[in-house]
Amino acid sequence: MIRKTSLIAAASTLSLLSALPVAAQTIAIVGGHILSQGPAGDIASGTVLIKDGKIVAVGAKIAVPADARIVDASGKTVSPGLVLPSTSLTVAEVEQIDDTMDDSAGKRMGAAFDVQYGVNPNSALIPLARLSGVTRAVVTPVLGRGGSGGHKDDGADDFSGSFEDGEASLFAGQVATATLAAGVTDAVVKAKIGMALDLGEAGASYAGGSRGAAIVLMKSALDDARHYARNRAAFDMGASHPYPYSRDDLEALIPVVEGRMPLLVRVHRASDITQILKFAAEQKLKLILEGAEEGWMVADAIAKAGVPVLIDGQADLPGSFETLGSTLQNAGRLNAAGVTVAVMGSRDYNNLRQGRFNAGLAVSYGLPYSAAMASVTINPAKIWGLADRIGSLEPGKDADLVIWTGDPLDVTTYATSVFIQGKEQPMTSRSLELAERYRPGKSDYPPAYR
Amino acid sequence: MHTSQLVRLTLSVAAAALLSACVSVVSVAPSNKPIASVASSNKPGSKTKIDDAAKVAVVLPKGSDPKAGPAPFASTYKPLPSQLTALVGGHILTATGEEIESGTVVMDGGKIVAIGKDVQAPAGAKIVDAKGKWITPGIIDIHSHLGVYASPGVGAHSDGNEATEPNTAHVWAEHSVWPQDPGFNRARAGGVTTLQILPGSANLFGGRSVTLKNVPAITTDGMKFPGAPYGLKMACGENPKRVYGRKGRSPATRMGNVAGYRSAWIQAASYKRKWDDYRAKIAKGEKADPPERSLNLDTLSGVLAGEIRIQNHCYRADEMATMIDISREFGFKISVFHHSSEAYKIADLLAKEGICYATWADWAGFKMEAYDGIAENAAIGQKAGACVIIHSDDPIMTQHLNQEAGIAMGAGARMGLPVSRADAIAWITLNPAKGMGIDDKTGSLVSGKNADVVLWSGDPFSVYSVAETVFIDGAVVFDRKDPRYQPKSDFELGQPGEGVHP
Repeated sequence: MIRKTSLIAAASTLSLLSALPVAAQTIAIVGGHILSQGPAGDIASGTVLIKDGKIVAVGAKIAVPADARIVDASGKTVSPGLVLPSTSLTVAEVEQIDDTMDDSAGKRMGAAFDVQYGVNPNSALIPLARLSGVTRAVVTPVLGRGGSGGHKDDGADDFSGSFEDGEASLFAGQVATATLAAGVTDAVVKAKIGMALDLGEAGASYAGGSRGAAIVLMKSALDDARHYARNRAAFDMGASHPYPYSRDDLEALIPVVEGRMPLLVRVHRASDITQILKFAAEQKLKLILEGAEEGWMVADAIAKAGVPVLIDGQADLPGSFETLGSTLQNAGRLNAAGVTVAVMGSRDYNNLRQGRFNAGLAVSYGLPYSAAMASVTINPAKIWGLADRIGSLEPGKDADLVIWTGDPLDVTTYATSVFIQGKEQPMTSRSLELAERYRPGKSDYPPAYR
Repeated sequence: MHTSQLVRLTLSVAAAALLSACVSVVSVAPSNKPIASVASSNKPGSKTKIDDAAKVAVVLPKGSDPKAGPAPFASTYKPLPSQLTALVGGHILTATGEEIESGTVVMDGGKIVAIGKDVQAPAGAKIVDAKGKWITPGIIDIHSHLGVYASPGVGAHSDGNEATEPNTAHVWAEHSVWPQDPGFNRARAGGVTTLQILPGSANLFGGRSVTLKNVPAITTDGMKFPGAPYGLKMACGENPKRVYGRKGRSPATRMGNVAGYRSAWIQAASYKRKWDDYRAKIAKGEKADPPERSLNLDTLSGVLAGEIRIQNHCYRADEMATMIDISREFGFKISVFHHSSEAYKIADLLAKEGICYATWADWAGFKMEAYDGIAENAAIGQKAGACVIIHSDDPIMTQHLNQEAGIAMGAGARMGLPVSRADAIAWITLNPAKGMGIDDKTGSLVSGKNADVVLWSGDPFSVYSVAETVFIDGAVVFDRKDPRYQPKSDFELGQPGEGVHP
C-alpha cells in the first residue's frame, strides 16, 4: 500500500515513524528539484529512493516500490545535507561561558588534544543547525578564543584575547566528525580525521612573536615525532634525548608525519601560504588550508599542490595585516584555478547557517553556482575523507538530505524536512519553541504556561 | 525652550558686537540660520532686554556655555556633484509600505523630485535604465563601529570603548572616527548610505554617537550628517558589570548598573536646573553666575531636554522594561533598544511605548543575555506593530544588511508570520532613520527627501543581488561597473587588496 503523506503530516507522525525500525523503511522523495552533487547531476523533477537509511536510487524516472512511504517534494528543492567543514558546533555552547566551551586544549597539551571527547549530542545548537539544513559537522579544535563572540562593542576585545607565555603548542589538536541526528547518544562518527594548527599571526604569537620561530618549532615537533616513532623503546627506558613535547603530543603527530592524517593549517597571508606549501612538500604532509584570505594571490601554487581550501566567503576586509588582500572574489578565483573549495561561516553561532549564504554570496563574485553548492556539500566531504558516505545524493551513500522551500543558498529559503541516515528529523529547536511561546496573541496566563 | 533660544540670541548679538572689534574671531561668526529665524519671529518689545542681557553674557569666556555660539565640530559635508537623473522602469520599494513593480525615480538638486508608476523622465535628465533592477532607499545602519574600530583591527585602532569609568557620557564617538577605515568603502558597496557610529558598550554611558553620510572624506566633519541629532550610547547588562566588576569597581552587578544610571540622571537633572535657572535670570536682566560647564552633564542634560536620543544596548526583556521605568522616573525618552535579543517577548510594550528595537537576523547565543535570541525576533515585532530595525554592529554584516533582513523574513515565513518586501525594506531604511531622528530627511523614497538611493541588480532580499549604483544626495558615490566610482581609502593604496573590490 502506498501511503501518500504531506510534509506537515509527516512531521506530525514523526514520533510514530521513529518508533518503527529503520531497517524496514523505504522512503521515496518525489517531485523535487534535485541538486544531487553526484553523477545524477541536477534533475528538474525527480525521485530519491531511500532504503534502510541508504540512498538506493536517484533519477527522473525511478520506480517507487509499493510499500514506500512517499514524501511529496514537488515545488521544492532537494539537496544533500550540508556539511560544516570546520566548526566548534557540538563542542561549544555559549562562547562567553568558558565551562560550556570544549573546543580548545588549554595549557596542558597541543597535538594530543582530542576534540571528540567533548562532543555533546544534546547541544541546543544542534537542532538549530539541523533546521538550517546541516546534517554533519567537522569539529576542529582552535588554539584560543577572543572571548567576545566577535563583538567589537562588547568591551571584551579590549581586555582579552592575547596568548600567555607557556601555553601549549602551535598544534590545536585532533579533528572529529559528528552527526547532527536527533536522538543519538554518541554523535561522533569518526575521530582523529585531522590535525589542526595555526600559523600566521596567531602561530607566531604562540611561538614567541614571529613567523620564523613558528615554522622552526613546527618542524622540530614533526622531527621529534619521527624520532620518537623510531625510538619508542628508548624513550620508555629514558634513553632517548628529551623532547619538548609530551609522549601524547608526539604520538598524535605520527599519522601526520606519515602523511596518513591531513594537517589543517589556518593561514591567511599569501607569503605564509607559500611557506606552508613548500614546507608540506618537503615534509610530505597532507595539507588542508583554512582561512586563506590571500589565497587568490597564490591560487596556481595551491592548485598545483592539490591542496584544498576552507574559506569564509564573507571575508573582504583588511581585518589584520595578514588579510590585506581579502576579497569576495577569493572563492571564485581559487575555484577557477582548480582548487577544491569548501565555504564555511564564522566560528560562532553564525556558523550554523552562514555557510550556505556565504556560498551564495560567492556566486555573485564569480563562483559558478554548481561549485557553490559543492562547496557546502560534496567538497567538505571529499576534503575530510568522508565522501564515500556523505556529501552527495547517490546510491550507496547515507540518506542525509534536505528538502527546501527553494534555492538552498538563498537567504529567504528554509528547510521543510531533514533526513539523516534515512531518518526524518524533528523540525523544531529551542529557538522555535521560544518563537511559538511568544507568538503574538492574547493570553491571561504568563507565557511560561504556554 | 524659549528661554534658551533667547540666550542663544543674546550671545549671537554679543558675538556680532565682538566681530566688529576683533578680526581674529571671524571663525566664530554666527551665520547660524535657526537663530536668525528666531530673531525675526521675536522682534517686538525684546530689544532692550537683549541689550541688557548681552552685557552680562559677553563676560562668559568662550566655551563655558554649552549653548553659546555655533555648535562645535560642525558638519562640513557638501554633497558631491550631481545631475538631473531618472531611474526608469525599476522595481521600487519606497519603504513607506509601497511596492511599485515598474516605476521611475527622478532626482534633482540632491533631492527626490518625483517617484511613481507613471512618472516621465524630465527633458535633459540623465536616463538610467532600471528595467529588471530594483530601487530602494539607501541602507541605514543604526549600529556601526566603523572608524572607531577601524580595519585593520590592531590595538592602535581600538578607539571605541573609553573603558576607564562606567559613565563616559562626555566622550564623543566622532573624535575616534578614522575616516580612512576601508570598512566605509565596503559598506557603501553594500548600499549603506548613512551610519550611526556608536561608542562601545563597556560603559553604562558610553558617550555620544555621530551620524555620518557614507561619503569618502578627509575629516570626520566632512561626513557628518547635517542636522542629525546626537545619540547617547547606554549599555545594559553583562558588559558594564563584567568590565568594572573585574576591576573591583561598581558596577559589578545588574543592580549596580541601575544604581549607576539613576545616580547619573540625578546629577543631570540638577545640572539642567542650574542652567535653566541661570538662563531665566539672565533673560530677566538679572545678574547671575553661570554653572560650571560639564561635558558629561551637557550630554545627559541634553537627553533630558529632548535634544539627544538614547541608543540603548540592551538584550533582555526584563532589562529593557527596567530601562523604560528609569526613563519615566527621570522624564526622558528612549529612542532605540539595540541588540534587543528578547524584544519579541515584549513586542507589545515596545510598540505601545513607541521605542524602536534594532536587532540582528539571528546572531545570538554567544553570551547568556543573548541566549534567547531567535531569528523570528523581527517578524514577531512586525506583527505586533513595533518599529523593527535590523542592524549590524559588524563591519562585514553591515555590507549585507539587505540579506540579513531576508534571513529574518525567511524565519517569519517559516512560523507563519510572513513579512512583505515592502514592509521589510523599512527595517534597514526608514525605521533606522526614525530611530536616529533623520526620517524627515532620508530613509524613504518620497519627493522632497534627500536622494539617498540604491539601484540593485535584483531583488535586494536575495543573496545574489548586489548594489550596482549608490546615490547620496543625488550624487553617484559608488558604481559597480565604473572604476571611477569605486573609491579606495588611503590605507588601501599599494596594498595587496587594492583593485580587488568590489
